[in-house]
Amino acid sequence: MHDFVVVWSERALLLRGLGNTILLSLTATVAAFTLGTLVALVLMSSKSAYRRPVTGFVDAMRCVPFLLFAYIVYYGLPSLGLNLDNWSAGLAALTIYNTAYMAEILRGAWSAQPVDPIDAGYAFGFSGLGHFRRIVLPPLLLSAAPVVGNQIIQIVKDSAFLTVIALPELTHAASSIQSRHYIPFAAFITAVLLYWTLCLVIEACVTCFGRLAEARR
Amino acid sequence: MSTADILAILQGAVTTASLSGAAVLLGLPLGLLLALTRWAKVPIVAPLVAVYVSILRATPLVTLLLLVFFALPNIGVPVGAVSAAVLALTMNTSAFNCEVWRAGLMNFPKDQYEAAQSVGMQAGLRLRTIVLPQVVRTCLPGLVNEISLLIKVTPVLAVIGVVDITRAAVRIGAETYEPLPPFFVALAIYVPFVYAIVSLQRLTERRLARAEAE
Repeated sequence: MHDFVVVWSERALLLRGLGNTILLSLTATVAAFTLGTLVALVLMSSKSAYRRPVTGFVDAMRCVPFLLFAYIVYYGLPSLGLNLDNWSAGLAALTIYNTAYMAEILRGAWSAQPVDPIDAGYAFGFSGLGHFRRIVLPPLLLSAAPVVGNQIIQIVKDSAFLTVIALPELTHAASSIQSRHYIPFAAFITAVLLYWTLCLVIEACVTCFGRLAEARR
Repeated sequence: MSTADILAILQGAVTTASLSGAAVLLGLPLGLLLALTRWAKVPIVAPLVAVYVSILRATPLVTLLLLVFFALPNIGVPVGAVSAAVLALTMNTSAFNCEVWRAGLMNFPKDQYEAAQSVGMQAGLRLRTIVLPQVVRTCLPGLVNEISLLIKVTPVLAVIGVVDITRAAVRIGAETYEPLPPFFVALAIYVPFVYAIVSLQRLTERRLARAEAE
């Protein structure tokens, strides 16, 4: 019990870590989702010259372990002349990696959409991006929401890997507390419970979103 | 990077493969056991399993690994890096496997189960001869998917000092001051391996779809 009192006395450090985890995950989610939407557009395009390389990128990302990818971005970009600090490198790795997963999720949901409303959209004179934004995207978002929610949880968990490039997120904060006071159990259990809370919040949001989808049906 | 370095990474690959193999072999039946307790609604145990699964699914493997590696010795259970790695991987994958098994069990047609009951089959026999053979088939794609996810998180084992593919690569990078080549060797080992498992998953999915269509 005493150990948890020590963790409480270090709450500022832990909360900063939690804040950084939330910030990282949120930024990566928004960026990966936006880019993933664009990539999904290419994946669904009828021109195979565009589609092939992008499909290759998505498939490759799905075979690469995130930690190795983060190492390669962190150590590799400087040798290409791009000097990134650990924040930008971590965020870039998290975003690029999850863009592929988001694109694949959206592509899957898109292929499962009924064709009739999409054709009707064209018949009503929508075309190009306007057609995508007003006809394709809204039902797509509603039907893909649960899987996207799972992926957001995955992003939160992936962000913990960034502790290896010394990003001060939640796991890193718990590690510092453990090494400073030698209270591994209390420090890491607290981190685990915070991750759990974060995921429950995300799941609750997805459920709310699902109700919205149900209401609109 | 010398031939010896590549051999060192391959040595790490053997470690990675055996540790993930051990976790898969332990995690599959453990996940089934957890799913069965929830399916049978065993009092007290079932809600505990639900919480266990929910927490473990939300916990990043790094955090779990550090918890197991540092906290167990602290409460008097001596664990080395390797046993901590197997324990954390097994806990992680069993939680995900439990959900796959549970979905399979939930979708199992009730009439077959009741038919077995009505001819007086014992619960164990019902499970072994009627339920499991079919559930294994429907769960296979999901379980193979979990294996590929498990392999993709194994580089984390390097954090607690297990000399796996990633740790070998990091060490060589630090010695030669060229971090990138060893990481690419590591990728060259991981990617075909994961790709093979993902292909296996697609194959099982297709076979399942065909079996259901018949």
